[in-house]
Amino acid sequence: MLKQIEGSFAVAEMVAMCRPNVISAYPITPQTHIVEELSVIVGKGQLDAEFVNVESEFSAASVVLGASAAGARAYTATSSQGLLLMSEVVYCIAGMRLPIVMTCANRAISAPLSIWNDQQDSMALRDAGWIQLHAEDNQEASDLHVQAFKIAEKTSLPVMVCMDGFILTHAFEPVDLPEPKEVDAFLPPFKPTNIVDPRWPRGIGLFADPRFYHETRYILHRAMEKSGKTIKAVSAEFAKSFGRESGGFIKTYNLKDADLVIISMGSVVGTIKDLIDEFAEEGKKVGLLQICSYRPFPRKEIYDALKGKMNIVVLEKSISLGRGGILASDVRWSFPRADKKDRNISSFIAGLGGRNITKDDLRYMVEKVKKEPVELEFLGLNKDLIAKKDL
Amino acid sequence: MNAKAEEFDKVEKKDLFASGHRACGGCGQALAARLVADAAGENTIACVATGCLEVFSSPYPDPAWRIPFLHSLFENAAAVASGVDAAYKALKKGPVNIIAQGGDGSTADIGFQSISGMLERGHNILYVCYDNEAYMNTGVQRSSFTPYGAKTSTTPFGNTTRKKNMPMIAADHGIPYVATAAVDDYRDLQRKVKTALSIEGPKYIHILAPCPLGWAHHGELTVEICRLAKDTGLFPIFEIIDGKMTNVRKIPAKVPVDEYLKVQGRFKHLYKKGVPSKEVAEIQEIANQNIERFNL
Ligand SMILES: Cc1ncc(C[n+]2csc(CCOP(=O)(O)OP(=O)(O)O)c2C)c(N)n1
Ligand SMILES: [Mg+2]
Repeated sequence: MLKQIEGSFAVAEMVAMCRPNVISAYPITPQTHIVEELSVIVGKGQLDAEFVNVESEFSAASVVLGASAAGARAYTATSSQGLLLMSEVVYCIAGMRLPIVMTCANRAISAPLSIWNDQQDSMALRDAGWIQLHAEDNQEASDLHVQAFKIAEKTSLPVMVCMDGFILTHAFEPVDLPEPKEVDAFLPPFKPTNIVDPRWPRGIGLFADPRFYHETRYILHRAMEKSGKTIKAVSAEFAKSFGRESGGFIKTYNLKDADLVIISMGSVVGTIKDLIDEFAEEGKKVGLLQICSYRPFPRKEIYDALKGKMNIVVLEKSISLGRGGILASDVRWSFPRADKKDRNISSFIAGLGGRNITKDDLRYMVEKVKKEPVELEFLGLNKDLIAKKDL
Repeated sequence: MNAKAEEFDKVEKKDLFASGHRACGGCGQALAARLVADAAGENTIACVATGCLEVFSSPYPDPAWRIPFLHSLFENAAAVASGVDAAYKALKKGPVNIIAQGGDGSTADIGFQSISGMLERGHNILYVCYDNEAYMNTGVQRSSFTPYGAKTSTTPFGNTTRKKNMPMIAADHGIPYVATAAVDDYRDLQRKVKTALSIEGPKYIHILAPCPLGWAHHGELTVEICRLAKDTGLFPIFEIIDGKMTNVRKIPAKVPVDEYLKVQGRFKHLYKKGVPSKEVAEIQEIANQNIERFNL
């Protein structure tokens, strides 16, 4: 049913329809509305679940870890500092192969303190062994959650659904929310295989000496790589069941004839698509490759989709300080050495700490890279705020 | 004695924490963990923090546990156990004994917040602290349970602060059951575990578990040292049931702290040519204060 609804509420309603047994979270802007709404849904008895109010994100992650290890479908949500505080547990959850689903309402990282959006938080945990899916809009944010539980439970990998803080979490948009019975048909009850239960005493979380640890990481890496198949299959199944495209590995827009391709992920692709339409009217051929699954990284899909495309610009809301664009380096790595020679892959960092990314900014970026490739540039930098010596 | 009391008074030996673990000879914590597991019985889930116990009992592929064992990190055993408890409630499984357990460092320092949260939220969990008065797993560094005067690898000239009083802090969360115990008295320790597990809600048991390596005493003295800790007044034994202090163990014949300190290498520096330093008097003062406070 189409509903005019805040993004956080759409996600909360969808998560509730996924029937998690245990929810645990800690307040942090801009994630808070999601779990507040879930506490209402549980409190009213509309969802039969345990809602555990904890004293920190560290404990929230630990509670869902314990719950999942005991056989529960478990969910948490956080942002920014909360995610960093969880980070030790985040790695542990992946290593223990627990199919937990988390929403990351993407937000900048301190210092300086900023409650506004960028994607540095989930990026900081990109190597932890979690599948990371990025939503373009609130419809997709909501849809991705039901897919996330299915993917997690099929692959025994945790899934983080990333949605841009405020831009999505606090935006009112029409969202098509399914009926609970449609979700039930799509998402069967969780059947855990490896749990703590006195009927089958076993150890979970044993320590591994150097004879074993190395292989555990290899197996986890392979599982991440192989999960791509499941992500695609679940997205296709979702389209069949619900009649709309959501999720998957990558999506493209006006790519076919494009002589310049923008690569990005998250809510900014909406603005990019608008601009691409404007360009089309002007007779300029600009296309978009949008990344939905950031981990596992769709290397092959990018390579295949961009055959013959020589001009690429990567726009992202995070940075590896002292190195440059993180997504940009992932994209650069997607092309084999022999192939890379002629490709121009420019890297732009934009919208850190909630700075708006306007169509004018993007137009400037496109015009600039048409002239020459750009190694790295901060889009929309206000040089008046920067001392000469720091420029 | 009624049937329940008799049941609680029985010493259990079920080998649920089996031999073959890799603890040092005379390890108080290995003994304590076995007594706890055997008292709790098969229908139990152990959520264990990183530390000596975890390392000597859970190497892949040979864990020593015959009950389900769950380990995640150093500072979150209580929160992980909270998740297990929430799952059992949500899935309408159980009843089951959930025992979160960790060393003094994990309990009093890095995991303090998570334990406080677990106690305050009212989970049906027993938390057991194995107190060996330092971070043993990483090589005997000071924790906030390290007693005054003790030498550790990060207090090489002796610890200058007094031990944090965790049982009283736990009790002040308003939980139904708190107890202290030591590994010299199997019956008392196991009775307390069984009592705790018969009560709904959060419970806390603090067990003195001497560490021959860290305390620098002979392994065969582990039990004797517990007796001395109790009889000097340095380690009071009691229960707090629904906020009321009960079953305080009376010291049969008070022993000067000298006797406790002298058998442990970690206090050796407090004696110069056999003459006690002023720190020994301070430790005696701590014992005297305990005797008065708890009416030992
Ligand atoms: C976050 C974190 N910090 C530090 C450590 C290293 N570490 C592992 S066990 C341990 C000490 C454990 O001390 P305690 O809890 O008293 O248990 P014990 O080994 O003495 O039984 C430390 C410092 C860790 N594993 N994780
Ligand atoms: Mg210790």
